Amino acid sequence: MRTPAHNKKMRLEDQAFGYLMLWPAAIFVLVVAVYPVLRILWLSFFTQNLGTGLHPQFSGTLNYVRLLKDGHYWQTMMTTTVFTFIAVSTELLLGLWFALLLNEKFHGRSFARTATLIPWALPTAVLALAWAWIFNDQSGVFNDLMMRLGLLSRPVAWLGSGPTAMFSVIFADVWKTTPFMMIILLAGLQNIPEDLYEAVQIDGARAWNSFRLITLPMLMPSIMLALLFRTIQSFGIFDLIFVMTGGGPGGATETVAIYNYRTFLRYLDFGYGAAMIVVTFLITSGICLLIYWPLSRTRGARALATERAVEKSEAM
Amino acid sequence: MKKTLQQILIWLAVVWCLAPFAWQIITSLKTNAEIAHIPTIYAPVHPTWGHYQELFSRKPFARYLWNSFLISSVSTVVCVLVSAMAAYSFSRLKVRGARGLQVGLISISFFPTIIFFFPLYELVRRTGMANNPIALIVPYITFNLPFATLILTAFFRTISLDIEEAAKVDGFNRWQILMKIIMPLSAPALATTAILIFIFCWNEFLLALTFMTRDSAKTVTAGVASLSGGSIYEIPWGAIAAAVVVSTLPLIGLVVVFQKRIIQGLTAGATKG
Repeated sequence: MRTPAHNKKMRLEDQAFGYLMLWPAAIFVLVVAVYPVLRILWLSFFTQNLGTGLHPQFSGTLNYVRLLKDGHYWQTMMTTTVFTFIAVSTELLLGLWFALLLNEKFHGRSFARTATLIPWALPTAVLALAWAWIFNDQSGVFNDLMMRLGLLSRPVAWLGSGPTAMFSVIFADVWKTTPFMMIILLAGLQNIPEDLYEAVQIDGARAWNSFRLITLPMLMPSIMLALLFRTIQSFGIFDLIFVMTGGGPGGATETVAIYNYRTFLRYLDFGYGAAMIVVTFLITSGICLLIYWPLSRTRGARALATERAVEKSEAM
Repeated sequence: MKKTLQQILIWLAVVWCLAPFAWQIITSLKTNAEIAHIPTIYAPVHPTWGHYQELFSRKPFARYLWNSFLISSVSTVVCVLVSAMAAYSFSRLKVRGARGLQVGLISISFFPTIIFFFPLYELVRRTGMANNPIALIVPYITFNLPFATLILTAFFRTISLDIEEAAKVDGFNRWQILMKIIMPLSAPALATTAILIFIFCWNEFLLALTFMTRDSAKTVTAGVASLSGGSIYEIPWGAIAAAVVVSTLPLIGLVVVFQKRIIQGLTAGATKG
């Protein structure tokens, strides 16, 4: 028999043990995540660059003022936004399509799922080289295929001009990250109860209607999650573009993260780089809110519509 | 009719996902003359292992692979252990302040690496840790904690409390319960988590590129990226293709063997958040 005093002692022991178990994780988080964030905030109010002999000098909001007037920063921000918008929306549509295809039962489904997972699992930096080779102007296979299909009359130097280089990095990014979208959406699809579809089928709804009335609204939480996650990741994109084009030609594919990296390690402008991170973080957060807000509204509205559709069909 | 169309679309998707990698295999087996040939040769006439030999003789490629393997394995083991401990606390013991750590962890998973990059770089330089595997292992453990604790916390919650009560009666203390009962029962979840962490570590680039400057300390991602260096006009595409194939084969192996687990793990990490 346990006495209340004994129980209390157990609870105290559990508390102590609970803390003990959290400590290792907490230390890692403090050193590798919390400290850097505080350090960046602190550093952003100092000028520490070649001009100050790499010694930190307090300069208030100077870095932020400088950033507001830095046309190159805003250009890279624009490039990143365009990249993110086109890449993430294409990935979402393609990922949704893949997920719908792979959600059906068919012969060889396990193989197909393995194959579609491969791009996700491979290292981006390494695959960036593979894509640079595919888009090579002289002997790249992309040019050859396009010419064989009659879509191009002569080879294009894909990585040699701004718009085509942008197209190439987006193409590679879509290839790389569509599987991630697909997996998240596939999980969402599998969570939709079958009887919802049956209810609408009684109602005589066609495939498109069941997609519009059930699949899409029920999938909204997954879509939102995937969209937010990918948008944040895409705003920090570094590996793929750094290796594939180095931000070129002429800065046409230079993203914020690449400019940021160079500010730190090439221009040795530490305080300024820190301010850049703070501002980029705020802008990214703002954009995420812009995505989240309307989507969370449509989600509520659509869910309600589905409920009504189901009620109606059940009443019949 | 509809079924056939669907089948065709599925196989198109499969080809789309595999083709870029398959093209690297083909390129890696071609001679330099065949690689440069216009129009493109799709089936190498004189397949050769030359580029693979070149890779291991001209660059310490075996060393890169070993570094990646070592760093990824150590990070994975420590990360799984640390997350299992935290997850046990999150799922079983109501500790004040635990919520704060959980929120902190989730925020990390949403931040791109570039945010942490420079302060970590300073730390590594100041402590003389450059080219030391620990400089990568410590951040890799941390970056994977959010997702690992998430999966494990969710899994531990599904384990019946009765088992623990029984173990307590048998005189097990909390640590023994975690190590001898919860951990073995969670083997599938631990394996899933470990596979995903390993893949993330193997693939990391930004920190690997900047913290490991000495050739003998480089991981495979940074090592492969440095292959294209030298003259722009003479990029050794054959060797690069061979490098792409060798450095990604371990991951392809993991995906082929553990496809189901990986999908489960990714969706658990995403939906439980």
